[in-house]
Amino acid sequence: MSKADVIELMYLAAGVLFILALKGLTHPRTAVRGNLLGSLGMLVAVVATLLHSEIISYVWLVIGLIVGAGIGTALAVKVPMTAMPQLVALLNGFGGAASLFVAGAEIIKLRTISSALDIDVSSAVLVAAAATGLIGAVTFLGSLVAFSKLQELWFQKPVTFTGHQAINAVLLALALALSIWLVADDANPAAYWMLVIVASALGALLVLPIGGADMPVVIALLNSYSGLAAAATGFVLGNSVLIISGSLVGASGLILTQIMCKAMNRSLFNVLFGVLGPGAGAPSADDVYAGRIKSTTAEEIAMLYDSARRAVIVPGYGLAVAQAQHAVRDLANLLQSRGVEVEFAIHPVAGRMPGHMNVLLAEANIPYDQLKEMDEINPTFSQTDVVLVIGANDVVNPSARTDPSSPIYGMPILNVDEARTVVVVKRSLSPGFAGIPNPLFAADNCLMYFADGKQAVLDLVNAIKEL
Amino acid sequence: MTLAIGITIFVLALFVGFEIITKIPPTLHTPLMSGSNAISGITLVGALIAAGADYGAAARFLGFLAVVLATINVVGGFLVTHRMLGMFKRRD
Repeated sequence: MSKADVIELMYLAAGVLFILALKGLTHPRTAVRGNLLGSLGMLVAVVATLLHSEIISYVWLVIGLIVGAGIGTALAVKVPMTAMPQLVALLNGFGGAASLFVAGAEIIKLRTISSALDIDVSSAVLVAAAATGLIGAVTFLGSLVAFSKLQELWFQKPVTFTGHQAINAVLLALALALSIWLVADDANPAAYWMLVIVASALGALLVLPIGGADMPVVIALLNSYSGLAAAATGFVLGNSVLIISGSLVGASGLILTQIMCKAMNRSLFNVLFGVLGPGAGAPSADDVYAGRIKSTTAEEIAMLYDSARRAVIVPGYGLAVAQAQHAVRDLANLLQSRGVEVEFAIHPVAGRMPGHMNVLLAEANIPYDQLKEMDEINPTFSQTDVVLVIGANDVVNPSARTDPSSPIYGMPILNVDEARTVVVVKRSLSPGFAGIPNPLFAADNCLMYFADGKQAVLDLVNAIKEL
Repeated sequence: MTLAIGITIFVLALFVGFEIITKIPPTLHTPLMSGSNAISGITLVGALIAAGADYGAAARFLGFLAVVLATINVVGGFLVTHRMLGMFKRRD
């Protein structure tokens, strides 16, 4: 068996380990082991590559590994869980950039060989290189803009201008023209780098108009792109493990994008190019709320819990902003010690990325089997005595079910209004991301507890202890 | 590797991906994203060859940049996933 065969078989082993890694992630019990298998796969792939006969000097390669590992470790150890969407956005971007640089280096190599030996470069390889440049650059700049929005540095508000879509269309056409040049002119590096610049601008312009509530979709989509960029690089290099891993990640990101879109009842096209505004026929806040809002106190809620048998807590991103996860865990534990059954209802878009709320609650030591997804918990609300909604709004708005003129009509929601009593913790009656009033707040079985999320829960815990 | 073999691998891996990933519960979707992110850092393989091969200073520099970025992706991705997964606990 030749050395090349050994390397190929090691790549196969790496691909299998990546598949086992994802399989491990199908259950929290096996997930840690899965992730370790994934990192083992990466180690195998790196060791195999170091055996590659094309490598003649290890100096820059080792320096690069050390620098990258240092930065990566620092990021992973320091990042707070609330900032996970930003970190994932940043890492997506780095993956895209790495792929486009690899393709750039390969183009230099192909150009050198083709002019030295006077042979044509394979068109298929160059099409793949163009795809890598395009997807990699869109991923890179798009992710940097997403990072900036999430980290609240720049562009927090959606940025649009007249002719925005037209410019995007022109940039895309330009990128395609440059791709054709790259293929026709035997790996001309100038064509490649102009393509990268145009695609970077396109990536930034595609993400700039997107608002905070839609970030989960964008991060999932960029996640998919970073995988597709790696797969395209695999076609450029003729490397199987890149193609396997890239398509696994591409598939994963696409599935998550689809799940997020479905949870918001919006098409991907609508998220990327549409603007969500209040519907023309939507009722005003005054019409919905006038005279129907009942305000409550911690003592009153404590009394409700005293006679409750089943309670559900609905956390939204506002809970994480208020850093109230630990206070909520204390509340859940206290209620359980008093014989109340407590579960958490997690809407798919409760955080800033898929599954974000679950991580934030896990960090506060809330067991994962106590966190219920929407489809599982919705049938149980009619047997629930008290629902506590903290920092969530649109995802519990019954207009999504009842009012066809509402902009969120058709969005799957948590049917908390079916519970005996709903308590909503909120600073004021201000609307959520969708900018519409919530008839739940005016419902007969709903009590409003106007307070800061964390303070409200702390007061509630004290009130229950004093019963 | 011929183009046809490459496409075969691509399509089969996409199907494997769809089959497995649809089985991953929503509670693990964030670790899935950071973990799959680390896997997409596999482009490190190509970066290492570019940084170590001899096709001029420009190609080597691009390779070096790619090694740094891909390693951040790989190491950061797997470590933060490990950190997150350590927080998921069952009810006692």
